[in-house]
Amino acid sequence: MKAKIYIKYKEGILDPQGTVTNKALKSIDIKGIESIGIGKYIEMEFDKNISKDDAKKIAEESCKKMLANPNTETYSYIIED
Amino acid sequence: MKFAVIVFPGSNCDYDAYYALKNIGFDVEFVWHRNTTSLSNFDGIFIPGGFSYGDYLRTGAIAKFSPVMKSIKEESKKGKIIIGVCNGFQILVESELLPGSLINNKNIKFLSKQVKLRVKTVNSIFTKNIKKEYLEMPIAHKQGNYIADSDTLQTLKDNDQILFEYDINPNGSMLNIAGITNKKRNILGMMPHPERASNSLLGSEDGNYIFESLIKNYV
Repeated sequence: MKAKIYIKYKEGILDPQGTVTNKALKSIDIKGIESIGIGKYIEMEFDKNISKDDAKKIAEESCKKMLANPNTETYSYIIED
Repeated sequence: MKFAVIVFPGSNCDYDAYYALKNIGFDVEFVWHRNTTSLSNFDGIFIPGGFSYGDYLRTGAIAKFSPVMKSIKEESKKGKIIIGVCNGFQILVESELLPGSLINNKNIKFLSKQVKLRVKTVNSIFTKNIKKEYLEMPIAHKQGNYIADSDTLQTLKDNDQILFEYDINPNGSMLNIAGITNKKRNILGMMPHPERASNSLLGSEDGNYIFESLIKNYV
């Protein structure tokens, strides 16, 4: 079982990487993109004996305590078998 | 007065801090980040700049769980003097010993240059004896862009917690913030490096004003 964890900047937090990448895509003539936000993607593989409920708890605790900064970032995750 | 300079894997301003503090007249000792014993026998704690844990995940995000941080938090409650410079400042905000966050510079570049800082207030042990309005010292960071919500910024202003602001904002920091203190005024966090401006051979001695103020006013 694994967790796919997504971390991104909160609305309104400056994301210069996203802004610059969007500009760069425009410069190579890729059109139709309003904005780009760049965050982090984390894959977390669990021990074999971990239940889905426990996996959720572990992912939640990890995000809350370390993986995301509550002041600037939001997180979400999907647990997969 | 005895200072502890905390050393993390990846600290690279630890020797600069040691030199600068010693030079002013402090006793100084290095303390490894895995240290679990109390820091109560020190009068001050210096968290130096560098790249603790390679800046993995976020700057300061892993260092805040180092064993030594527990004793630092305990000492901070007692009102002990704590200085965090650059990565040290990032560790202090991650640990919530200081408010706000430090994110990527507005231009995403690593900035390494001399900057001019305005001494915003002399109402702190760190700035009390600074007679100059402006100090010059280097910055060397990629995540020095100080941000906080509007309530926090207002509190910082109302309580006179902003000690240093950039004359010309290099990184996008809100309110041009370069250095702040906590409500109890025993903790200083700043992105510019006073310890790297502690000898005329380094291009500036202005950093010494902060350490001199500290040694003169320490009771």
